[in-house]
Amino acid sequence: MTADRERFQRWFSDSIPHNHALAIEVLEVGKGEARFRLPYDARLVGNPDLGVLHGGAITSLLDGTSGAAVFAALAQLTPIATLDLRIDYLRPADPGRDVFARATCYKVTRNVAFTRAVAYHDDEADAIASSVGTFMLGTKRGGAGRPEGTP
Amino acid sequence: MSQGLVDVFAEAKRAGDPQRLLDAVPYSKFLGLHAELQGDELITTMRYASHLIGNPALPALHGGTLGALLESAAIFELLWRAETVVLPKTITLTVDYLRSGGPVDTHARGVVTRHGRRVANVRVEAWQADRAAPVATAHAICLVMRD
Repeated sequence: MTADRERFQRWFSDSIPHNHALAIEVLEVGKGEARFRLPYDARLVGNPDLGVLHGGAITSLLDGTSGAAVFAALAQLTPIATLDLRIDYLRPADPGRDVFARATCYKVTRNVAFTRAVAYHDDEADAIASSVGTFMLGTKRGGAGRPEGTP
Repeated sequence: MSQGLVDVFAEAKRAGDPQRLLDAVPYSKFLGLHAELQGDELITTMRYASHLIGNPALPALHGGTLGALLESAAIFELLWRAETVVLPKTITLTVDYLRSGGPVDTHARGVVTRHGRRVANVRVEAWQADRAAPVATAHAICLVMRD
């Protein structure tokens, strides 16, 4: 693992209790993009008959990856907060397989950043879920009355 | 969908015990979800635990956990109210994050705004100490027919 990847792993997963609980691996962060891996875990199953991951785990993965993409698009470290996130569930995840997510922050304005993300196994064209999100930039710690995203 | 989960849900409804719906879903346990009937309302509660935190500096709940609570509450509402047990599949979920979720229990309630033959629309709200000041709201659109 490169020094950068170790640093991003600490920032975006190890130091964020819920990402750490999901065992999220940070694969890439840079140039307005982020790529995370969510390892398959029986504790995250929504339908035990099928062994399929619950949509909620995919939501956390997409939210975290999108937040990291926003950080990767900003010139300086700024607190951010998710304003809204829409997720389309395209097909069930395959039982037993890891899920990857790639997020892009495609627009940054003075106050708001816009993201797109996709969750998939090995082919982004055969995605499990896709999402769009908006993030508020420059939220004060606790002062703005909105949740802050990743660190 | 195999028969196992459907049987569990049907049994939960016969017994009038919504918690049995949740006990059948591993991810609900991971999140620490509990369901309770309060009068007519099915309230889903995500009990606070440190692994739900997304921002340790504030501290605040991870946005994904709030999204998961809202989606779960929508599905439990559909399962609880439906006359036949068909496992709803979420097609789309849109979450508005309104306030920072503090390190305390979070409650959620879904209201079915339309239940068609194939698709149901559910509005969901999540709140902490003050129900009048929700931390997040969502609308979920779910497929409610057998494939």
